[in-house]
Order: sequence, then C-alpha cells, then structure tokens
Amino acid sequence: MTRFSGWNVFWNGLTGQTGWQRQWRDPEPKPHYDILIVGAGLHGLATAYYLAKNHGLKNIAVLEKGWLGGGNAGRNTTIVRSNYMMPGNREFYEHSLKLWENLSHDLNYNVMFSQRAHVSLLHSPAARDAAARRYNTMRLTGSDGELWNLETLKANVPLLNYSPDARFPITGAAVQRRAGTARHDAVAWGYARAADQLGVDIIQNCEVIGVTRKNGQIENLETSRGSIGAKKIGFAVAGNSSRLWDMAGLGTLPIESHKLQAFVSEPLKPLLDQVVVFGVGGAHFYISQSNKGGMVFGGDLDWYKSYAQRGNLPIVQDVAECAMSILPCLGRVRLLRHWSGVMDMSMDGSPFICKTPLDNLYLNAGWNYGGFKASPASGWYFADLIANDRPHQFIVNHDLKRFERGYNIDERGAGPDPKLHG
Amino acid sequence: MIRIPCPFCGERDHSEFSYGGDATIEYPALDASIANWHDAVFQRQNICGMQFETWQHLNGCRMWLVVERDTMSHEIRSVRPAHTGMAKALEDET
Ligand SMILES: Cc1cc2nc3c(=O)[nH]c(=O)nc-3n(C[C@H](O)[C@H](O)[C@H](O)COP(=O)(O)OP(=O)(O)OC[C@H]3O[C@@H](n4cnc5c(N)ncnc54)[C@H](O)[C@@H]3O)c2cc1C
Ligand SMILES: [Zn+2]
Repeated sequence: MTRFSGWNVFWNGLTGQTGWQRQWRDPEPKPHYDILIVGAGLHGLATAYYLAKNHGLKNIAVLEKGWLGGGNAGRNTTIVRSNYMMPGNREFYEHSLKLWENLSHDLNYNVMFSQRAHVSLLHSPAARDAAARRYNTMRLTGSDGELWNLETLKANVPLLNYSPDARFPITGAAVQRRAGTARHDAVAWGYARAADQLGVDIIQNCEVIGVTRKNGQIENLETSRGSIGAKKIGFAVAGNSSRLWDMAGLGTLPIESHKLQAFVSEPLKPLLDQVVVFGVGGAHFYISQSNKGGMVFGGDLDWYKSYAQRGNLPIVQDVAECAMSILPCLGRVRLLRHWSGVMDMSMDGSPFICKTPLDNLYLNAGWNYGGFKASPASGWYFADLIANDRPHQFIVNHDLKRFERGYNIDERGAGPDPKLHG
Repeated sequence: MIRIPCPFCGERDHSEFSYGGDATIEYPALDASIANWHDAVFQRQNICGMQFETWQHLNGCRMWLVVERDTMSHEIRSVRPAHTGMAKALEDET
C-alpha cells in the first residue's frame, strides 16, 4: 500500500498517477475469526482499527450488509464538538476531540478535520446562564469554551440576522473554538484503509441474518455469505441495534429507531466560517459550509419512529424556516439534496458501550444524533472493552443497567422519551 | 407525508398529529416491583414492521388514537380511538 505523502503525490503527478493501489482489499470471509464486528460504519471500522493497533490483535473481520460508510457514517452533518457536561460524557467526548486533532496523521489519510469553531446562539439571559455553567464546566475539566457578547459575535459571524425585531433576537453565543467539522466519507475510508493495512478483513455485502447460540455464547453469525464463527463478537450497527439484539434472542433494548434528515444546498462562495447552531422556542437548526461550498444543515428528527432511510416534508419546511430566521441571505439558494439516516435514540440520549448477557458479545449502540464526533473514542473504548473484557473507567456508566441504578446520563434533561434527545 | 385516517375527522396529514409512542406498553400497578417499572419506562420492542403506536390529533379533534403502522413502509393498517369507551361510543353510533 502506497502511503500518502507530499513526495508520493508529487511523484505520481509526474508519472501519470499510476503508482496508487486500491485502498483496501475485498477478501472472501473465512469460516472463523477471533473477533467479528458487525457494521462497517465509523464505530465498527474504528473499533477494528484500534483492536489491531492498540491491542495488537489479529484475525479480525468487520461484516457490513451494504457498502462501508453507506449508513449514518455517510449521512451526517459532520459536526465534531465536545461541549458535553454530564460526568461520563464530559471525559469521553473530550478524549474523542483529542483523537480527532491527530486523526489525519494517525490514519495517514486526510479526514479534513477543520477546527472552525462551534457557535451556539443565545437569545435570553437564562440561556446565557445555562451556557455559562456548561462552558465553565468544560473549562474546569480541561476543555475549551467561551461566551461571546454581541459585538464579538457580529465581528466573527457577520451575516446572521441581528435585527432587534427578529422573533428571537440574538444576544450572544457560547463557543467552542476547537470544535468544527470533518469530511465524513474520508473518516470511514481512512479507518477502513488503516484497519485493512493492519490485516483486518472488511467484508461488504455480508448481512447478518441470524445468530446461533451455544452455552450462553454466540457460536456463529449466519450471514448472507454463509455461517461465520468467532471467539468474540461486537455489534456496532447504529439504527439497527434492536434488530440484531432480537436476533441474538436477548429481548428488548432501551432504544427506539428514529430518522434524522440532512440537507445540502448548491455550492456558494465562502460565506460561513463556523458551525452555527440555533435552538430556541422549539426551533432546532445547525449549519456549516462544506469545503465544496454547499451549505450543510439539519434540524430535528422526524418525530415518529421509523426504520425508513427517507425523510418527511414537514421537517423540510421547519428547517427552511429556521434557515430563513437566522440566515435570511439564504432565501434564494436552491436545495441540492436531502436524505435521512436511521439512528438508535436511547432513553437518556447517551450511548451504550458495554458487555451483554452473553459472555462473548459486546454492544456499541444508542448514539442518537451525536455519534459522528464520538467515533474515534467509541472505537477506542469499544476495542479496549473487547480486548480486556472489562470497561475502561470512562465508560463504566455506559452500560445497559444504568437505568436500574437510576444513573441516567441525560444531557438535555428531557426524560425517558427517545425522540426528545439529540 | 403520512396520511392518518382519524376516526373522528377523516384523513389528515400526519403533521396535524403528535406522535406518542409504543401503544402496547402496559404500565404496572403503582406498588409493582422496580423491575416491572424499569421495563415499562425504559425498555422498547422497537419493531421493524407493523406496530401499534399512539398519536394525538393535536390540530384536530385532540383525541388520542392507536394507529397500526409499518415502521419501514409507513403504511397504515388500522386506526382506532385510544380510549376503549370512545371506541365503543363510535361503534354504537353506527
Ligand atoms: C442526518 C444525520 C445527521 C447527523 N449529524 C451528526 C453530526 O453533525 N455530528 C455527530 O456527531 N453525529 C451526527 N449524526 C450521528 C452519526 O452519524 C451516527 O451516530 C453515527 O454515524 C453512527 O455510527 P456508525 O457510523 O457506526 O453508523 P453507520 O454508518 O450507520 O454504521 C452501521 C452499519 O451497520 C450496518 N448494518 C446494519 N445491520 C446490519 C446487519 N444485519 N448485518 C451487517 N451490517 C449491518 C449498516 O449497513 C451500517 O453500514 C447524524 C446522523 C444523521 C442520520
Ligand atoms: Zn381527529
């Protein structure tokens, strides 16, 4: 495999781009592996990579029913931040952000991580107080966070609707400068390529359709490409966790599957340097500009449970209204595409990285809208869990029993209604 | 857009309704064990396929309905009022 380097790019430029090889192999599945990960999204691929890299493990495969990165990995709005406050989430997302900061070097693949700042608009004294508490907590725990007054905000993000006659006039912002965006496909491809180089078999078009159990363990996964056995198995299937859980005969999870849409406009000249978030009075909206110039944005989920990867029209209208209220300059911009992905919405809005009732099965699930930013740390700690068969201290409360202990990690304070988190 | 045939108002856009959730959850008695309450509050069937779910016709008659809907195709198979008394009253009328 040719490494990416300035020299190699230069040399291939001179020699007609003939020196590059394919980025990962397309192996036939073997009948047995030491470790099988189900789901070649970001979490599954990152897990396989860190299993090989951090723990020196071999004989690993990732099974994917479609193509790698074709799920939520390739459908999200690519926002990376660590402005979480609850113990458990705080350390976890900060670790993830630190991994992002070196990810392109680590993977030898440009994931285009752009720390352009994440700007949450504030509209009331109460919102400012709440933001001060959250962002001070972040600062006290080794992250960055600041509050901007209106002048600073105007100087940095000039094109917002600052009219005092707006329905919700903007009064300032809570900002995390180290936050930003990354190229989502590149992250999936970068992890896949790096994992493949360390010997991981990535097996696409291989859907898990059944689970064979023996003595409190999983013996084989039945797939569309035959039966595959493994010593240890990890599920990382984003919106489909309940279905795999059911196949394994394990009953129910504290999860509902909901869909979230995202939108991209025609490409424009540079007009927005940051990720801007607008959330007040029932509105929910986040927007950034991609490297190709498209405005990438999204809002709430579709409000009813669904496994269909397609969105509904009322949300298109909601999101367009939000766009017009904070960036009226977008009024004549045309929408290029919109799509949706199916996510595990959990009962407290926080994920699960944990052991399960079966000795050799591990679960990675419940990522809500927030799993893109989480993917490096999720892979890191899930790999650590699988390799060592015990949770790292950062994820001890990311287990399925936390509700029994009354330990909800409810960042939003929304209660046990999955559609309200995110 | 999903079109929900409200038994009181007729067929309407789903945007007139507010989604409740799984209609098959049975809440246990107040003095039931923690384990029973835990399951009712936190555990979900999360069916891919036909499921019974509650919707409220918020911008219509404001009645709670039980809708049988496919969570993959969004096809609706049946709709009835959530309160059994109401369902009966509707039947008696016809
Ligand atoms: C519209 C949208 C916007 C979002 N925006 C953001 C954002 O701005 N920031 C952020 O942090 N997060 C965001 N998220 C959340 C984030 O995308 C997800 O939490 C994250 O991608 C989920 O992890 P994953 O990449 O492993 O999932 P996926 O890419 O969905 O991977 C799961 C894989 O499992 C496979 N699979 C499922 N069932 C089987 C089976 N039976 N056999 C084999 N394979 C199977 C699927 O095909 C899929 O490829 C967004 C999500 C959506 C939908
Ligand atoms: Zn009605």
